[in-house]
Amino acid sequence: MLHTFVALVDDKPGTLTRVASLFRRLNVNIVSLTVGESERDGISRMTIVCDAPEHAADRIRASLYKLESTRDVDELGRSEAVIRELCLIKIAAGPNSPHGQHSRSQIFELANVFRARVVDLAPESIMLEMTGAASKIEGLLQVLRESNFEILEVSRTGRMAMRRGHHTSRVLKALGTKTAEDTPVAFPDRPDTDDLPNQFSEHEA
Amino acid sequence: MTHPTLTGAEILWATLVGEGVTTVFGYPGGAILPAYDALRKFPIHHVLTRHEQGAAHMADGYARASGKVGVAIATSGPGATNLVTGIATAMLDSIPIVCITGQVSSKVLGSDAFQEIDITGITLPITKHNFVATRAEEIAPMIREAFQIAASGRPGPVLVDITKDAQQGTALFNFEESAPDPFRPHPMLRAESTEVSRAIELMRASHRPVILAGHGIIHSAAEREVRAFAERYQIPVATTLLGLGAFPASHPLALGMMGMHGESWVNHAIQQADLLLAFGMRFDDRVTGNLASYAPNAKKIHIEIDPSEINKNVLVDVALIGDLKEVLGTMEPLIHDKSYLADATSDNNTSQWLREIGAMKGDAAVRDIINLPDNGHLYAAHVINDIWQEAKAAGRLDKTIIATDVGQHQMWEAQYFKHEDTRTLITSGGLGTMGFALPAAIGAKMARPDCDVWCIAGDGGFQMTASELSTIGQENLHINVAIINNGFLGMVRQWQEAFYDKNYACSPILSPDFVKLAGAHGIPGAHVAERKDVTPTVTKARTGSSPFVINFSVEKEDGVYPMIAPGSALHEMVLRPNPLIETAEDE
Repeated sequence: MLHTFVALVDDKPGTLTRVASLFRRLNVNIVSLTVGESERDGISRMTIVCDAPEHAADRIRASLYKLESTRDVDELGRSEAVIRELCLIKIAAGPNSPHGQHSRSQIFELANVFRARVVDLAPESIMLEMTGAASKIEGLLQVLRESNFEILEVSRTGRMAMRRGHHTSRVLKALGTKTAEDTPVAFPDRPDTDDLPNQFSEHEA
Repeated sequence: MTHPTLTGAEILWATLVGEGVTTVFGYPGGAILPAYDALRKFPIHHVLTRHEQGAAHMADGYARASGKVGVAIATSGPGATNLVTGIATAMLDSIPIVCITGQVSSKVLGSDAFQEIDITGITLPITKHNFVATRAEEIAPMIREAFQIAASGRPGPVLVDITKDAQQGTALFNFEESAPDPFRPHPMLRAESTEVSRAIELMRASHRPVILAGHGIIHSAAEREVRAFAERYQIPVATTLLGLGAFPASHPLALGMMGMHGESWVNHAIQQADLLLAFGMRFDDRVTGNLASYAPNAKKIHIEIDPSEINKNVLVDVALIGDLKEVLGTMEPLIHDKSYLADATSDNNTSQWLREIGAMKGDAAVRDIINLPDNGHLYAAHVINDIWQEAKAAGRLDKTIIATDVGQHQMWEAQYFKHEDTRTLITSGGLGTMGFALPAAIGAKMARPDCDVWCIAGDGGFQMTASELSTIGQENLHINVAIINNGFLGMVRQWQEAFYDKNYACSPILSPDFVKLAGAHGIPGAHVAERKDVTPTVTKARTGSSPFVINFSVEKEDGVYPMIAPGSALHEMVLRPNPLIETAEDE
């Protein structure tokens, strides 16, 4: 299954390698990884989506904590967080494209339905920008493909995530955030399954 | 107060002095020469090793014997890569060492300059953390943070790579202001009070508890607390290899070493327990046997500082994350509140359980080689036993440090040398590094010059780092070396005997005359091939004033028993042959 982790890490050279190396060592494939500035000076925020068995999450989280560069780790379920992705799509849309002269108007319509924006218009192509859940983006791409549009380029940022509501972690509270509220962190949870947590390589049924 | 402007090299040593370092182990070379040039101005003793691997192992042995952070220093390129095995050894056993490597000038970084290697990249997975300093002003804060990281939480090795221009440049030196933020355990990594209560409930319900005593006890300096805990609740204590010494072997509650070569009653007790209290241990595959059948009826309480160890190999019922000493300190008053005491009137009386464990010992002692009549053959067990008896008779068990290599002799040492005191056994448990014993013994002797230090090594492993004999000569250290010489890579041979149809592929090893080898280094030595000569020679070595090398020619095809085959359950062990009087040569 897919796990989404948000990690606050030191903004220093080599930090990305340390985080990436950890996933490599656990033999867990990273689906997407975004890094950018956070609300704190010198701290970057990473959103890491990875494909691992359900019970692996605790150990990945604990291993992330072990890195000296890590300040906080949160694992987000889909229901409690806003998860967004940004995507740029370049589509052939000129007289010579599959839909010919009508390409542009049809793409405009699709963009409208999917709440995507046209950000570039060239004689032979259109670039769309779309923000949303990964499934929405995949929906637009699928419709474009099935309608025989020629997709020239796709660039996706990977997922970014933030907890809903007035939540800040217990750790951030300890680090001195004014707005923090106490949330119980039951760790480690005993996994329901009897599979051993270190069997990452096995695929789930 | 004004602060002096120093070169980076001077800042390096001044910071080490400030951190309390008196001894470093190293090997000079081009990229670290500015640092070596400045060394003479500082009150630090530098031990010149014969190989950088030795430097890392010596820093490791120093740290294990003293509890302080060990320091190894090497140049860039090959100097740095030679440290790697030593760093990995420290990583797997959670030993606090700081390794300092020279690096080519920052201007040519990444250009494949002479002796340039990306040592921080190489050591990323085998260090707790590592740093690169490219400017003089970065050195003091990085070294100070390295010391803090190495020693705090779950300890481990830290590497600081310092470019040549950083050593040559100058900066203001202010030791106090270079201090990192004080170490705070992660707020998440704390034993929750609800968990503590659950642990106490499990204890109250238990009639057959066993404490699994690990290396964490020594790291946490919780030996007294664990002993008091075991005594108060009358819980028997099984020990991991690295936990030996954390609980006195002669204590009535001490069971001995658990795991692959642990005594049968220890493993049976674990398998039949209804509660395991794991104190600073990590359920390594060498102590659990087959996980599917490990202690099937036992509830498990895991007190551990590293949350990534929780539920890694064995699913536990309660995890108390934190420093063992602190967690026990939090637990004990709460237990008293609930009047849990193992007195005769309590339901939690363990005397029946202790009697059962006593009965499990059965005839194990009778089959022990130590208790068999002399059959003219010298066994490694005799040698270890006699070294132990010698230390005991001299009343110096607490002042005898044994550094072992890896293999059969390591297991015999664990079985037959009864460690009473903490930090008296220095051995590579996690990585299993052959060649560890001799340099580790040198590090231990530097840390504890008042102790009798024995290096016990096999004929194979000894030759991996035998060049450090020359270091012993140069430093004039009174270290006793016992080579358990059976002409084989013994543990390999035992596995080939057990699992590979006695196909002794490449396990017979031809060794030099070790006494002559020692002599070439100006170190006296002796050959011993008979039981009666063991004790006199050991006494001579111990009471002398110079290093001494003893070559013990022992039984060639002896095996370590009991033994649990890989994949077998912890209670399915192969016991000692009965009786072990016939030998390969008699057949």
